[in-house]
Order: sequence, then structure tokens, then C-alpha cells
Amino acid sequence: MPDATHTVIQTPDGLYCPAGAFHIDPWRPVERAVITHGHSDHARPGHATYLCSPTTAPILRLRCGSDINIQTLPFGKTLELGGATVSLHPAGHILGSAQVRIEVTGHVTVITGDYKTTPAGEDHDPTSEPFELVRCDRLITECTFGLPIYRWPKRQTIIDEVHEFWRTNQADGRTTVLFAYALGKAQRLLGFLDDSIGPILLHGSVNNLLAPYEAAGIPLARAQYATKELAKEHKGRALVIAPPSTDGSSWLRRFAPTGSAFVSGWMLVRGSRRRRSVDRGFALSDHVDWPELLRVIDESGATHISATHGATDIVARYLSETRPLKADEIETRFASTAEEAEEASA
Amino acid sequence: MKRFAALYARLDSSTRSSEKRAALIDYFREAPAEDAAWTLAIFTGRRPKRAVSYPRLREWVAQEAKIPLWLVAACHERVGDFGETITLLLPGGSADTPGLAQVIRDIIQPMTRADDDAKRAVLLDVWRTFPRDQLFVFHKLISGTFRVGVQRKMVVRALAEAFGIDPGVMDHRLLGAWEPTAIDFARLIDPDATLDDDDARPYPFFLASPIEDAPGDPHELPNSLGNRHNWLAEWKWDGIRAQLIKRAGPAVIWTRGEESVAPAYPELVAAAESLPEGTVLDGEILAYDPAKQEALPFQQLQRRLNRKSVQPTLFAPDVPIVFMAYDLLESRREDQRERSLIERRARLESLFSVLDEPHIRLSPRLSTENWEQLERLREESRERRVEGVMLKRNDSPYRSGRPRGDWWKWKIDPYSIDCVLTAAQPGSGRRAGLFTDYTFAVWHRDELINVTKAYSGLSDDEFKKVDAFVRANTLERFGPVRTVTPELVFEIHFEGIQASQRNGSGIALRFPRMHRWRTDKKPADADRIETLRSLLEQVSAG
Repeated sequence: MPDATHTVIQTPDGLYCPAGAFHIDPWRPVERAVITHGHSDHARPGHATYLCSPTTAPILRLRCGSDINIQTLPFGKTLELGGATVSLHPAGHILGSAQVRIEVTGHVTVITGDYKTTPAGEDHDPTSEPFELVRCDRLITECTFGLPIYRWPKRQTIIDEVHEFWRTNQADGRTTVLFAYALGKAQRLLGFLDDSIGPILLHGSVNNLLAPYEAAGIPLARAQYATKELAKEHKGRALVIAPPSTDGSSWLRRFAPTGSAFVSGWMLVRGSRRRRSVDRGFALSDHVDWPELLRVIDESGATHISATHGATDIVARYLSETRPLKADEIETRFASTAEEAEEASA
Repeated sequence: MKRFAALYARLDSSTRSSEKRAALIDYFREAPAEDAAWTLAIFTGRRPKRAVSYPRLREWVAQEAKIPLWLVAACHERVGDFGETITLLLPGGSADTPGLAQVIRDIIQPMTRADDDAKRAVLLDVWRTFPRDQLFVFHKLISGTFRVGVQRKMVVRALAEAFGIDPGVMDHRLLGAWEPTAIDFARLIDPDATLDDDDARPYPFFLASPIEDAPGDPHELPNSLGNRHNWLAEWKWDGIRAQLIKRAGPAVIWTRGEESVAPAYPELVAAAESLPEGTVLDGEILAYDPAKQEALPFQQLQRRLNRKSVQPTLFAPDVPIVFMAYDLLESRREDQRERSLIERRARLESLFSVLDEPHIRLSPRLSTENWEQLERLREESRERRVEGVMLKRNDSPYRSGRPRGDWWKWKIDPYSIDCVLTAAQPGSGRRAGLFTDYTFAVWHRDELINVTKAYSGLSDDEFKKVDAFVRANTLERFGPVRTVTPELVFEIHFEGIQASQRNGSGIALRFPRMHRWRTDKKPADADRIETLRSLLEQVSAG
């Protein structure tokens, strides 16, 4: 009798569900791709058909082409694909991000994609649909930050630090530059930044990705595309949100002098921050941390855990040693170093 | 402790030296004197001794964080710094903590003498009460590896500025004997204090810069320095830079690393008795063959290093040591540093004209008519076991620190070999989690044999690429070390070679670093062990 292990298998193109004849976040062009979210290591161009959440669809059109063939599936609704029953559930990573639940002959597999648990309350992220815990037999979980050193600080602590950093820079006549991934992290910042402190200016790649958030009715701080004129007018007071690739660019020099910070979960470790030679690092992450990773695993009820993306060997070993369940690793084509992985998802 | 942790965070969160200096000035002005004294001691390199061994610490943190030992090690590998790893693994507390001096005096110092059970009890109490930012600096203090991204020079300048004292004077004061106490701190920052109270105090060293940094066209060196006769030339000795201080009582020897090393060199202390009282010589401690009148390999001197004192043995006559003097900083208790080099040199030579001490020698002038002759003489450096030539401007005073322009070191080109990368492990600090520490091999018959490690010389971008290569081409893992497919070739530069029992090749290289990534070469193009062995023979011969 087939068990959940065979519902989803690994192929050279990525994860594949034979019963439903579809891939999940495939690397190479396929017939039918179920896409967890819009980051480029999950959403590739060239598939014949795309299946995703309604809020992911406009992001895919921006990133993979306006003419791609998309079918949307609202969160919590089921779809029969061959012998598989498929549904999407919020992953809390970025706007539209989904976990994929696949049921075949009564066995349930959940692929988390990238996720963060965003409990209602002070750590809630208003720019993405809150994570939903889905019970299953096999859980394929990301573990980008799968080490016990990673425990995220309170959201409010980081908000206060960012505002304090901005005000200090203003007092010194410096433009504040926050390096953040253009999709997800940048909008998350706009979700809490206090635009009464000063003008907020955006790099083009960030500005282009506001539309899906505005369409979803998510309130964002007042911000403008950073034209040359605005840069000149507001430098020394403004806060600029730009992707990390602009570090050291001539585009960034128009805001000089600057005080710069990198916004990423990696910034929890000093070495990672110092390597970037920015003034500050803010450990604001859109991935699950260690305690929450373990909680999700335990509460999912899964008896088979497959670790993917990041510290897979560590998580698999730790689970095997501490819990009566089967734990293994799924290799990904991406991520030669963990940090490049997050960069790739910009 | 809170104030100290805040200072650390302020220093750590800025890449600008003006902000770091401002943070130090604020701290020195506001902190209680005994805390400021300890901060000054720590920041100028006097760290508290390691209070707890690494294995114990690892064991106890694993228990407290309720995770297996191997997972602590995996976290350490990712973070690079063990103190930071512990801090990230523990939740921390929220108690008020005592000041830095009190923490050191009442918690850390007694811990070094306590047994394991007592150490553990103290640590658990600290872990559960100290807030996390303070836990972090606490762990840096007990691990005996406290480092902060500020140079001694900046600390000295900030302290001087905070209390309105000339930086040169402050530097000089700090070189003497002082303890991290409120009383000594008060003396250090007293504008009216005098320095006559410490007969062991050295002067700040004048350091030379590489001649490649001299202004003008580097291809025109040394001609671009102007007239040869404006410069004094000497050998650049391959020993330990030191000051020999003879004031009241037995002589004192301070190295450039700010260590007082006289007990390790009793023959120098005895010889210094012949110097007039109130004499300070700048020079080099050297292993030296008195019969042949030439320097011995640095390896010989190493046998004398790190010894607290010397016991003469009947069986192994000790390595002969001399102090090779090249400058006179104090004469008859009078500071000579403002005099020109040519004046100091004349006084030094007249001192040696009446000194008959084989253990204290005068570094000879290299008298040549022109630069070309000096260049030819420099080519003898390797045979003479010196590192090259020093050029000092005749009319220059003895400055402190490394101001450019008056003293240049003109070193000989390094040795060079092509090696194959065979293993890698993660670095620490800003390289934590990246594979940046490499092992290199050369050919021995048809096998690769490891000969050296190297950590520096590549750009961040190159390190990233090699890191990706290591991850994709790992053969085996031994703890943090990974062996890799032998594929990448690097040109390794080094300054010296000696026999060694520490690795299979029987060879150790001095100051190895990666000069270039030879993407144009295949592993088969790398050098053979014979190349290094014949080099070793040449160097050891004679």
C-alpha cells in the first residue's frame, strides 16, 4: 500500500507529484507548476501552466511574464488534479505565499515552501496572509534558519531600532539606506515604517512591486520612487529602500553621505553583518526560526519530515535523535551558501 | 557591565573611526574610574585569563540550552565566535548587573581558581540573570580572546582627548607599569603627572612603512627617494624588535608587542650592566653566531621565545643571542628622540666605541656611494639571513607609530610556490560560516602532500567563489574541516622555510599567504616537494 512518501518525489526538475502530474516550484520548464510564492528560486519562467494563490498571481505576471497561463486557487479551497486533492494554505512568508497540501489515497503531504509563523498579536506581519498550521502525514519543510542560534527578536524591538537608526542618521545629516529584498522584505518594512519621520524613497525594483500589495488592499507607508530630483531634495533626511545589489553602485552615491543597514534574518550573527560592511544589521526575517520550526513540526502530527533549503543535515539529524519520526533531507539546486540562497530570492 | 556592553555595541555598530572615537571619549568621561581602567586595559591588549575551558563551556551550554553537543559545535561553526554562539543559544535574563570592574573582580577572577562545580554554578547564575547584550561581552571576557575592532592607537587618542592630554604623552604613559585600578587610572589622566616614577617605561616605537608606499613612481624606487646621502641604510634584521632599557637597577627589555621579556635573556641583562645608567637602545633581539659574525636562522631564535626564564643546561648549549642596536632613545637619562637621526647615530657610535660587550652590538651602516650599489648589496640579504634593507632619513626625529616618510623598509621579494588546495575550514569573525582557511599541498612522487595553511590574500569575491567550490566538491568531513577534490591551484608567497616535525612534509613555511589564484594552472602544474627541500637545504646550509 503506497504511503505518503510516494505522493511527492524528487526529480531533476524539482519536486513532483505523480498522482496529480504536477511539479511544485520546479527549476526547469514543465507542463503544470504549482508555485508556492513569487521569489525567483521558487517561481521560474517558462512553465506551460501555473497554479498559485490569487494574491501570488499578479506577482508572477510581473516576474515571469504578463502572458503566462495562470490558474488561481483561493486559500483553503480544494482542487482535484488526477488522483490528488490539492489545496493551498497561507505560509506567512510574503504576500500570497502558500503551503501546498496534497492528499492522495488518504495520505497527506504538506510542502511548506518558505514560511514564517506570524501569530496574531504583536509579531503579526500585516503584509502577508498569516501562517496556517496544517496537519499532515509527511511535512516537507524549509529550514533556512534551522539552527538553535536563530530565535527572532520581537518585531516591535526591530521597529524601534530602525526608527532610532533613521533619526540618528537624520541628526548626522545622513540618508538612511535599508538594503532589503525587493519583493516581500521591502513591503514588510513599508508596512510598519513611520512616514512622519521623513520622506521614504524607493529603488525602482522595489517600487515596481508595490502594485500587487496595493491591489490586495494592504496599507503601506507613504513612499515615492527615488527620482534624481527627489534624491537631491531629500538626501540627508530620507530613508531609502533598495535591493542589496545596489550596494556600492553609482545610483546609491547620489544619496551620500549615507548610514546603511541590511535587513535580513542573517543579521542576527555578527560575522554575517560585518562581512557586508554596513553600519547596522536588523534581524527581521521572513523565515521560520528554530523554536517555531520545531513547534510546526510537532504540531503538524507528521511522522515523516523532509528538510529542504538550508541546514537540512542538521535538522534531519536533530529530529531523528530527539523524536520518534522519520527525518530525511531533500536537496535543492539552489543555495551553494545559505546567504546566496536568500540573495537569490530577491 | 551595562555601560561596557553599550560601548561595545556602539563600537561594533559603526564602521567609521570618527564615531568609534566619539564613543570611546564619551565612555572614558562618563564611566567610573575603575571600570574605565579595566576597559583601557582590555582594549590595549590586557585580557583577563581564560576562566573556563572550551569543552566545559560547551558541555554546560548544551545542558542549559537542552541541545546535544554536536549541535553546539554546528552552531559554533556557523557563528565563528564561541562567546557569541553561547549568547545566541541562551535566552538571557533581565537583572541589573554590577560594573565591569566588579564583574571581573568578583565573578571572573575567582572563577579562574574555582573547581568545575563552582564554575558551573557561577555561570548558570550569570546565564539566567545577565541580559543578552551583556552576556555577549561577558563571554568574550571569560574566553580569554576578547577582541574589539579598535586599534590601540585609537584608544590612546580617545583617552588623551577625553582628558586634554597630548596623545604622544598618553602613549608614553601607557607603556609603563600601571594596573587597572581607579588610582592608576587617575594618574594616567592627570594633566600634571610626570613620568619619572617608572624606570621600566619604554618609549613608543617608531615603525617603518613598506617602501612600495613611498610617494612617486614605484618603478623608480629607490631613486625617487632623492639623494642617497640623505639616507642612512642598514640591514633589516630578522629578529624581535625591542628596547633595551638600562636605568636604575637591572635592565628591562620591552618588545614591540609590549611584552617585558628580560628574564628570557639573562645574557642581555648582564651585558646591559656595562651601559651608562639612563640609556635606552632601540634594536633587535637576534640569534647570532659570534664566531662567524652573522645572524642565525629565525628558527633558532624561536627556541628561545615564549620562555619565562632560561635554565642553562650542560648538554645543549643555548642559542647565542645578541641585541643589535640601531638607535639611541635616551642617553644619560635624557630623551633623545627630538634629535635628528644623524645626531643620535653619532652618539650611539660613540657609546659603542667604549663598549666591549659581545652581546650588545651596533647595527652597521651600509655605506654605499649610490642607490645602485645599495641595490646590489641588498641582493645578499638571503645569504646574510636578513629581510632586506632599512632606509632612514638622516634629519628625521624618532617619531612614534607609523608615520610615513622617514623610515622605509625595503624587503626582498618573498619566496613563491604553486600549491593545490586540498582542504578547507570555516574562518571566524567576519568570515564565519565561509570556508576561508585553506590547506595546500605539493606533489611528492604522484601524491599530494600537505605543506602549509593560508588564510589571507584573496578578495572577498574570490573567497566566495572558493567557498562555493568547497561546498560543491567536498570529499570528506572531519569536524569543521572538509577535504576537497584537488583542483584549484594557488600561488603561495612566504618569507622563510624551516624543518618541522608538525606535519607530514617535514617543512614549515613562514608567513604563508595566497598571492594569486592561478586559474590558468592545473593541479599537475603545481610545484614538487623537491623544490621546497632544496630551498630548505640552501637556507639551512652554512
